[in-house]
Amino acid sequence: MIRLEKRLQPSKKWTSITPFLAVLATMFVGGIMFWALGQDPIEAIRIIFWDPLFNPQFASYARPQILVKAGPLVLIALGLSLGFRANIWNIGAEGQYIIGAICGAGVGLAFYPSEGWFIFPLMVIAGALGGFLWAMIPAILKIKFNTNEILVSLMLVYVAEKILISVSLGLMRNPEGGGFPGSRNLQYYKAASNPELISGTGMHWGVLVAIALTCLTYIMLTKHTLGFQIKISGQSNKAARFSGTNPSIITAICLGVSGALAGLAGLFEVSGPSGQISIDFNVGYGFTAIIVAFLGRLNPFGILLAGLLMALTYIGGELAQFMLGLPAAAIQAFQGMLLFFLLAGDILTNYQPKFTYKKRL
Amino acid sequence: MDFFTLNPVALLASLMIAATPIMLAAIGELVVEKSGVLNLGVEGMMIVGAVCGFITAVETGSAWFGLLGAALGGILISSIFAFLTQVLLANQVASGLALTLFGLGVSAMIGNGYTGIKPPGFNTVNIPLLSDLPFIGPAILSHDPIVYIGILLVILVWYFLNKTKNGLVLRAVGENHDAAHALGYKVIWIRFSAILFGGMCAGLGGAYLSLVRVPQWTEGMTAGAGWIALAIVVFASWKPYRLILGAYLFGGVSIIQLNLQALGVEIGIAYLSMAPYLVTIIVLVMISSNHLRSSANAPGSLGRIFHASQ
Amino acid sequence: MSNISLLEIDGISKSYPGVIANENVKFTIKTGEIHALLGENGAGKSTLVKTIYGLVKPDKGLMKLNGNLYSPNEPRDARSCGVAMVFQHFSLFNALTVAENIALGMESSPRIDRLSSKIETISIEYGLPINPEKMVGSLSAGEQQRVEIIRCLLQNPKLLIMDEPTSVLTPNEIKTLFSTLKKLKREGTSILYISHKLEDIRSICDTATILRGGKNVGTCDPKKENVRNIAEMMIGETIKIPKKKSTISKLIALEVDCLNWVPRDSSQKQLKNISFKLLKGEILGIGGVAGNGQDELTEILSGEVLSNKNTIRLFDNPIGDIGINKRRLLGLLTAPEERLGHAAIPDMDLIENTNLTAHTREKLVKKSGIIDWRKTQEFAKNIIKEFDVRTPNAKVAAGSLSGGNLQKFVIGREVLQKPVVFIVNQPTWGVDAAAASSIRQAILDLASTGSAVIIISQDLDELLELTDNFMAINSGEMSQKINTQGLTVDEIGLMIGGTGTYWKRHD
Repeated sequence: MIRLEKRLQPSKKWTSITPFLAVLATMFVGGIMFWALGQDPIEAIRIIFWDPLFNPQFASYARPQILVKAGPLVLIALGLSLGFRANIWNIGAEGQYIIGAICGAGVGLAFYPSEGWFIFPLMVIAGALGGFLWAMIPAILKIKFNTNEILVSLMLVYVAEKILISVSLGLMRNPEGGGFPGSRNLQYYKAASNPELISGTGMHWGVLVAIALTCLTYIMLTKHTLGFQIKISGQSNKAARFSGTNPSIITAICLGVSGALAGLAGLFEVSGPSGQISIDFNVGYGFTAIIVAFLGRLNPFGILLAGLLMALTYIGGELAQFMLGLPAAAIQAFQGMLLFFLLAGDILTNYQPKFTYKKRL
Repeated sequence: MDFFTLNPVALLASLMIAATPIMLAAIGELVVEKSGVLNLGVEGMMIVGAVCGFITAVETGSAWFGLLGAALGGILISSIFAFLTQVLLANQVASGLALTLFGLGVSAMIGNGYTGIKPPGFNTVNIPLLSDLPFIGPAILSHDPIVYIGILLVILVWYFLNKTKNGLVLRAVGENHDAAHALGYKVIWIRFSAILFGGMCAGLGGAYLSLVRVPQWTEGMTAGAGWIALAIVVFASWKPYRLILGAYLFGGVSIIQLNLQALGVEIGIAYLSMAPYLVTIIVLVMISSNHLRSSANAPGSLGRIFHASQ
Repeated sequence: MSNISLLEIDGISKSYPGVIANENVKFTIKTGEIHALLGENGAGKSTLVKTIYGLVKPDKGLMKLNGNLYSPNEPRDARSCGVAMVFQHFSLFNALTVAENIALGMESSPRIDRLSSKIETISIEYGLPINPEKMVGSLSAGEQQRVEIIRCLLQNPKLLIMDEPTSVLTPNEIKTLFSTLKKLKREGTSILYISHKLEDIRSICDTATILRGGKNVGTCDPKKENVRNIAEMMIGETIKIPKKKSTISKLIALEVDCLNWVPRDSSQKQLKNISFKLLKGEILGIGGVAGNGQDELTEILSGEVLSNKNTIRLFDNPIGDIGINKRRLLGLLTAPEERLGHAAIPDMDLIENTNLTAHTREKLVKKSGIIDWRKTQEFAKNIIKEFDVRTPNAKVAAGSLSGGNLQKFVIGREVLQKPVVFIVNQPTWGVDAAAASSIRQAILDLASTGSAVIIISQDLDELLELTDNFMAINSGEMSQKINTQGLTVDEIGLMIGGTGTYWKRHD
């Protein structure tokens, strides 16, 4: 009989190994799934994980795309990880992403067609502010009424999507767009665009900010009192109060920052790779970022790596769609599995399996 | 706005159809949450049910077998969540989200190749005499059987939770799992069963979409219905009879929106479609700000991990 | 009370790694007898009782129930043999009704409506008025206990075990409980009554068995035996009131004035009209059984819970409405009862746990918000050295330390910050003797340097040994403050029990 005994302290060894084991297990089980559906498992796994990076036929297109996709994932996940550490569950990053994009693009379009160095920075601020305010709704409701932030932030995702549809069809519709829904394409509006900074790498401002924030978040978590307070809030409410931490402030900061970062990600995306506000602008980064945060163990550098890995699965998924006829949503099965295996492996971090034999008296 | 061109019969009928899938998923989740578990994976379970039900119905030629397939699919996928959270003691929020993603992906993979097919349907219920009653007949009493199964299920759950010993035990487990364990009840086993039941119901709800409501298979067709089901459970304060009200409210708003659109009313359709979500938020705030009520209804152990420490 | 024995305990022994819980315990409970089990914390009472109820299997010895061999494997077996138990901490469901709660605790319960009428019948018969339809969460502690008792009574027990039954009851509720117990006794049910409240035991129990250090050190008739002798049997030696060097000055360090506090949570105790003065250099002891308002009082004094400005004054400075860190700056430090989860975070290491409370007073955080981890580590190492915390280094998780070592760390962390007022809640509870003694010495040393100290404790020994003055806390109220010198054990026992000359009750 196997019994689970709580460890005296979480095993550092298992904390670092489990993400790798999770990836391997996902590849293995994913392969089996492909085989069950009549595909060659090795080829399928290769197309998803290997080809985008190393196959000369695809790599030149695929590799920069990895950074493009990883940028927003890492940015959002960094913000989310703060809240998760404090037991504050922002599930609505997707909505904050949308609102940030709308606000940022709105500011940019308001200035059209004038040029000016100040336009893009203003858009950045607007994007961050939009996401911040959208996240403050669940924050304030939690602080004042103790309303569950999971459901509120989630409902607001749907509200944001409806707003997106509304502005795409109405307020922000491109007057020169021939009646089609969607805003003007910001990639063609130089002052408001977020171009590829080094050609062929996919690196745009969003990616740079993501990398910079990774380092900043790490410093904040390990060396700053705010990081410490966030950590203790997630460990024990009583101890956090005993330390003098105000839980309302932590709630506001965690939700606010994650909202701002999600909004930033939205802004960088709409002014960069995506280009315009349209009905289907959002592609689920806000939800995938949750997985990235967990996969990265809520550690900033872990999140960076996890973001790259997830981006790889997105690109690989697209490639598989192209090469094998795999439906676009199928890659989500992989992403879900990754998290499953990670969570499953987590048990070993916190608990020690003990083998016991029933005593016969 | 001319009310007389609105057909009330058709309105009520479509209301019942719109409410059924989310009602099914919600009643399952209600039982799960009453046992103390928060399963955010309803969306994933619903869509797996939708695709399993669809494929089974198409392959066997029978919609009833399709329902069975949907139920089994929901049970199977929910068992992953049950294993993770009850045996491996994983975080419920993360596990639920993983379940949603996994369900969305797996259903897309399995369903690939089944798009554009029309599935076998259900015969509408025809109760002699009653179905011919004016207004009530076509509005309420002439639906496919699943509508009535849904309502029956809610009533059965209400009876189970409030009038049977086992239902009492389940509520106790959700209220205070340590006390339940101290009294000798098998907390993990009870929660595991509840989760599987929730999976079955969500699967049925999804199948309703793919076999009756639309009826077709497209990837991602649940379009957030699973999340709405979660909201309905909270809106209902975990009480079965209020759940029906919630399902009709949420189903209702989308129907009203369509009807208004047809009437040529342009009150920013997008804003009307936001209404259910905003209403849910308001209800959530009302429930949580009223301490007494919320503490009397939200299962005390909801979301907390149970580990029997000996 | 007849002479037929119901339960014979014969040579029960049980050890755990490092401690002998029960050693060759022998006594008999007769039919229709109210039998007290007395002893200090750690004397072995709970292990013995768990053995009787089937939660624990003894290493040696046996038990006989009505002459037959009795060895339950689990509580269910005990219940089917007619042994029922009311625990100190209830297993109740707040959001369910009384009837539902009782149904859950029964093996095969009848239908709810039939059960409700049965409950009403029994509750009237035994003088335990209760409404079966009420939510348990809305009941008082005394009423909740009645639910537990009725749950037991419905199974017609031969032996009813009660663990610290009066710790949460008001005096009126205690009267009600005692008349119920007397009725049960008349009907032939035996009661095993675990408590350390001498006054209660003397008023209701026929026999008392006293445990100390795992052994049965005596059985007596509590009504006839001298209270002092009983106390000595429990504690083990003739009480020596130590002569302490008085370091008390005339300056009032801390003053609490008419503190009234109503909790939002029904599980917390309401505090009524608490007033006292604490002088510089004084060690004030506050004694009481756990659950009488100690935790609530500590949190209000520490600043975790705010009160009115003038209710608490520190050196004449009103601080009632300022937060915990500002109080730390002013020199008011506390060590709560719960070590893991409140005073320290189990999964964090000792350095981080040092920063948890010392950041303000020891200036571990710079103006920019950056934490000076090196300084924190130095301080942590200092604590470990000065207080002899047995640990390989400061980087281990707090949860991996033994109870005694963790407590030494927690107390050392506050003491080394040089508080002007130090409040500690249960300083040596569950701590091994060596660590306990060094903690007590540290407290004495602290007071001798001029700090004012409040020790809140259940350990009478400790209170007598360390304190200059003593107050008792009971049901959220406090007795008068009296000099510890010359206080006798039974006087303390009475004070803690809420009765006696030093109480002015406002009814």
